[in-house]
Amino acid sequence: MPRILQMREAIREAMIEEMERDERVFLMGEEVGYYHGAYKVSEGMLERFGPTRVIDTPISELGFAGIGVGAAMNGLRPIVEFMTWNFALLAADQIINSAAKILYMSGGQFRVPIVFRGPNGYAGQLAATHSQAFEAFYAHVPGLKVVSPATPYDAKGLLKSAIRDDDPVLFLESELLYSLKGEVPEEEYLIPIGKADVKRPGKDVTLVSFNKLLHVTMDAAKELEKEGIDAEVIDLRTIRPLDIETIIQSVKKTNRIVIVDETWPYMSVASEITYQVQKFAFDYLDAPVRRVNCTDTPAPYAPNLLKEYFPSVEKVVRAVKEVMYYTI
Amino acid sequence: MRAEPIAEEALTKDTETFPRELYWRWLEIMLRIRLFEDASYQAYLQGKIRGFLHLYNGEEAVAAGTVTAVREDDPIISAYRDHGIALARGMSTRAAMAELFGKVTGCSKGKGGSMHFFDREHNMFGGFAIVGSQIAIGAGIAFAEKYRKSDRVCITFFGDGAINQGILLETLNMAKLWSLPVVFICENNQYAMGTAVWRSSALHHAGGLYRIAEPFGIPTEAIYGMDVEEVHRAVSRAAAHARSGYGPYFLEMRTYRYRGHSMSDPGKYRPREELDDFRARDPIERLRQRMLRLGYATPEELDNLEKKIEAEIDDALEFAESSPYPPPEELWRDVYVQENYPFWKEE
Ligand SMILES: Cc1ncc(C[n+]2csc(CCOP(=O)(O)OP(=O)(O)O)c2C)c(N)n1
Ligand SMILES: [Mg+2]
Repeated sequence: MPRILQMREAIREAMIEEMERDERVFLMGEEVGYYHGAYKVSEGMLERFGPTRVIDTPISELGFAGIGVGAAMNGLRPIVEFMTWNFALLAADQIINSAAKILYMSGGQFRVPIVFRGPNGYAGQLAATHSQAFEAFYAHVPGLKVVSPATPYDAKGLLKSAIRDDDPVLFLESELLYSLKGEVPEEEYLIPIGKADVKRPGKDVTLVSFNKLLHVTMDAAKELEKEGIDAEVIDLRTIRPLDIETIIQSVKKTNRIVIVDETWPYMSVASEITYQVQKFAFDYLDAPVRRVNCTDTPAPYAPNLLKEYFPSVEKVVRAVKEVMYYTI
Repeated sequence: MRAEPIAEEALTKDTETFPRELYWRWLEIMLRIRLFEDASYQAYLQGKIRGFLHLYNGEEAVAAGTVTAVREDDPIISAYRDHGIALARGMSTRAAMAELFGKVTGCSKGKGGSMHFFDREHNMFGGFAIVGSQIAIGAGIAFAEKYRKSDRVCITFFGDGAINQGILLETLNMAKLWSLPVVFICENNQYAMGTAVWRSSALHHAGGLYRIAEPFGIPTEAIYGMDVEEVHRAVSRAAAHARSGYGPYFLEMRTYRYRGHSMSDPGKYRPREELDDFRARDPIERLRQRMLRLGYATPEELDNLEKKIEAEIDDALEFAESSPYPPPEELWRDVYVQENYPFWKEE
């Protein structure tokens, strides 16, 4: 029986179910317990599991990320929440130098089954330090897996897989999506890491996106439909590993692709997809690959500048018309 | 800091001696480390070992006194100057030397090298080469022990240079708040590369590095780290404290490294007399003298042990030399636990 849940509730359900299922799973982070999470994702969890499994940390991202890594090396399965991924930059050493490397440097002796999660990217007029999307940044690193879901259904199924995964998984959420509602089945389900999802089938052009911009992309597809353009929308869901097959299959059908990506354009998720599309589908392309990213600047505060900074339905529609060789 | 000279009464005092076998165990560990490090030094000069090689000569009493004061199932984690601690823990000289040679028979299959010695079987949770990073990881290992309600204690080593990393303060705070069973051991060998402690740490001028744990309410002591008995006693105290649920304990071991920071360092920043001064207090010589005075050893027995270990090191060198390098597919192995991870491969 599907129910309608908010994204935050779906994420919470995933954590609760996995903590009920496996005693080794625990949650730690700033404000996750008594405050119920800065965005109320962990509401009620302290009451349910007690302070040994829902642990409020001081504001010490590097320190508690490292404690999580050590606990994971020694047999536990921590979920480490960052209040936002912007603050996780202080913990980048533990994520990149420790979590991603320990299995390799120990010749396979020590695993680090840990989930680092929290909201990522743009969240309103929060300006430059509070608006960054880190998918490309972390997907660069071998040893990490990077998940960035767009719907409550996907978030729940993917987070459960992430918690059961034996490798370190970074789970990038969004403040703006926490209240988004969607269908979530009553029964248990898992969604495999590394599989994209066709959110809207179409034949004229392939649109690839993830996380909050998936919704902008879906809105753009509706606009395009009014003009007789039938767009296929692919939701990546996982950034590393990348499900390139699903993209290539689609491009072979549509012969055109636009990537809508919240990371900065230079060295972005879109850059990598562009490379792989030209490598595997060069002969199928009827137009150069086009991408829509945030501008190559820090995020501004002023609303007019922010509008310019962030991908929008209009920008996506314009890019699609370009690859369709419409005269605008 | 100036170390205490080996006073005559320190060698003969019979206040609280330990069983004869323990002295022999200490000596064996310390000699093994010393001879292993000397052999790796030579192998490095011959080009058989590459990369960064940080030797432990001079600090042997710290490793030996620590491992004998804890249980075999107590996890240990260290910085990159890790050969001594790994060997003391029971890692075979073969696995250790083969790792330095980059061979697949090494303790990390030749993929970690000198700075990343791991040994699951001996609860050696690794050497870590980002200064300070293992401090929080060690507390996390202790966190897992407490979570499981075990009575194990995690021994977490780091250098005097790591005293100045923010992660130490973050970790001391959480370790104390959460009463984690962890013993922090700062191996103060007086230098972080070429920077003497007095040039990098205000704490040095405020009574000593060990004082960093004081404001957190963590019991803390400075120990003369050239004396294995002192080290053993201190770690026994600290581990008992942590094991009984009282939370973390901090020890500053005052010691000295004889060699340069790594093989590329001629050590021009320190006066020759300083080195001589410490060599005159050599921890192994001190232990030998003590064993002779106590009547626990004869010169012949001491020689025999040294010969036995020399043979062991020769065997390790031969083993490392004759072992194969990792096969090419090892490049792609152990990046993920996942078996069929779809790597990007350009072809
Ligand atoms: C975060 C970081 N900064 C700098 C370095 C380079 N580095 C390697 S060892 C070292 C000195 C560390 O000294 P100490 O902690 O006293 O350990 P010791 O070498 O004396 O055992 C430095 C600066 C590093 N590895 N990691
Ligand atoms: Mg030092």
